[in-house]
Amino acid sequence: MRSSAQNKIRSISYAKYGYMFILPFFIIYFIFQLFPLFNTFKLSLYGNGDAATNTFVGLQNFSDLITGDGNISVVAQHKNVIRVFQNTIILWFGNFIPQLALSLLLAVWFTDINLKIKGKTFFKIVMYLPNIVTAASVAALFLMLFSKTKYGPINSLLMDLGMEKPIDFVRDKWNSRFVIMFAQTWMWFGNTMIMLMAAIMGISPSLFEAADIDGANSRQVFTRITVPLLRPMVIYVMITSMIGGLQMWDIPYLYKEGTTYNRNTETIAVYIYNHFHNVPHNYGYSAAASVILFFVTAILGSICFIMNVDKDAVARKKQIKEAKKQMKMQRKSSFGGF
Amino acid sequence: MSKNGNIKDNYAAKVRMKSICVMVFLILLTILCLLPIYILFVNTTRTSQNIINDGLSFIPHGNFINNIKETIHLDEIGTISFKAAVGYRNSAIITVAASFLTVFFSAMTAYGLVVYEFKAKTPAYTAILLVMMVPVQVTSVGFVQFMNKINLTDTYWPLIIPAAAAPAIVFYMRQYMKSSFPLDIVEAARIDGTGEFRTFLTIGLPMMKPALGVQAIFSVITNWNNFYTPSMILLSRKEKQLTMPMMVQSILSNDKLSDMGVRYTAIFLSIVPVIVVYCVLSRAIVDGVAEGGVKE
Repeated sequence: MRSSAQNKIRSISYAKYGYMFILPFFIIYFIFQLFPLFNTFKLSLYGNGDAATNTFVGLQNFSDLITGDGNISVVAQHKNVIRVFQNTIILWFGNFIPQLALSLLLAVWFTDINLKIKGKTFFKIVMYLPNIVTAASVAALFLMLFSKTKYGPINSLLMDLGMEKPIDFVRDKWNSRFVIMFAQTWMWFGNTMIMLMAAIMGISPSLFEAADIDGANSRQVFTRITVPLLRPMVIYVMITSMIGGLQMWDIPYLYKEGTTYNRNTETIAVYIYNHFHNVPHNYGYSAAASVILFFVTAILGSICFIMNVDKDAVARKKQIKEAKKQMKMQRKSSFGGF
Repeated sequence: MSKNGNIKDNYAAKVRMKSICVMVFLILLTILCLLPIYILFVNTTRTSQNIINDGLSFIPHGNFINNIKETIHLDEIGTISFKAAVGYRNSAIITVAASFLTVFFSAMTAYGLVVYEFKAKTPAYTAILLVMMVPVQVTSVGFVQFMNKINLTDTYWPLIIPAAAAPAIVFYMRQYMKSSFPLDIVEAARIDGTGEFRTFLTIGLPMMKPALGVQAIFSVITNWNNFYTPSMILLSRKEKQLTMPMMVQSILSNDKLSDMGVRYTAIFLSIVPVIVVYCVLSRAIVDGVAEGGVKE
């Protein structure tokens, strides 16, 4: 039973308040994110260097970066972009694969009721710790620990253990990449582990119990129950990690000697930053690289999204549709027969 | 019968073996997680000479106070822009202001999307979902150029105001409200004659406290650690404007600073606040990460 006051209130439209509540978000979003996005697109169509920033060049920047047709500097620019994309992919794979493997293993162990693990909360807290430490400081710390002189802590340790010459961890192609991959894995595995754990705990425990009673071993449980049911979460982790990986900036940018940046660890984000900041300002190239990055992100995101669509749910929907169609047909035919 | 017992014993022994192996692995991993931070701490307690001569050490020495003193007065050496107090102040201003805006406006947007019925409701939500994943780097070039045009570079405004539009956090708060916010209470407030905005402030916000808390912690940590946007916006690198991570960078790129103890201490000072926050709130943070994952 509703009182008259209640009825009166129901009849008032509160729609305008809805708009008022969400308006600030959208205004700020439009000014500070959406407009800048369009501005980036616009800048990608303009020239490079301080003098040419206002010259409209059409798709010249894109053709320079993608095909490299032109004079020596254009070819060099093209090679640069290919190199930074390669670097980004290599660094991403090098930190994502070990990170996923390690966190999956840990998540399965932590959620296994048969294993007696003490202090789970403690382990979780410690393993998440590297994730909250300032990335810039992590880069600075690793740079000092892996210093290439014989005085660097890691090198002095290795030389105490019998190495003859200090290893160049900062400038060497694969060594420097290795340190960055290690730092990224170190920072992110705890985060991935906690998310996967939450997903595993979301799987109905009765499934695990049933498997246990049926005598499934832990490998079977893992491949037949955990992995298939975990797929959406793994894909979600992949999307976020991929987008995070494409943005990788702090550590690759700071992990270098003095002010000369390392060509083997320069990522797309570092390229965008450097071309934007260094004189002459190559706004055009930097914006064009951003636009390419935008489309790569969009494509990767939608691939993951399509993969993530539950096939069973789609099949079920189809079946329901078919059934409805058939019902209609039947009804029609029965009418027709009539 | 005895055979059965044997199998059982075997199984139990196997599980115990596995548990022990797992524990050993976990302890090793724990050490690996803590080691870099521990070495950082140990090195802030050593003299430069000691670090250079002895390499790694795992035992704290006695030079901690001295290093801190020297690091705090580092700017007196000249050409080095590391002023711990200034860095803390700047980072704190940006962090507090940006986090407040993020949490308040995300809650407000989520409240609007859950409580009211209006035509643009679904399109607005879809738009928020769509833009959730656009990387910062993609918009940054256009953003900085635009800020430059309206003379906002070298100010903190571009670092603070955009924080009010955080799609991912709106998404999280909306999920939270959907699952635990009784809409009847809004109606009850209306009957009592409370204005809509006041209802949000006095009833909506307090009821969302758990979600607000988690998001506040995360946004404080993210803003404190942010290095990309400040270095894009604070173009002229005025010393009195630098944030803590930028000061760490200025330490790194300075060859004149040869004192290793001071270098480590500077890095140490930059991470102390987050470590302290983490020590106090670690449980809530870890639970928050798990929740954020499940909410997907």
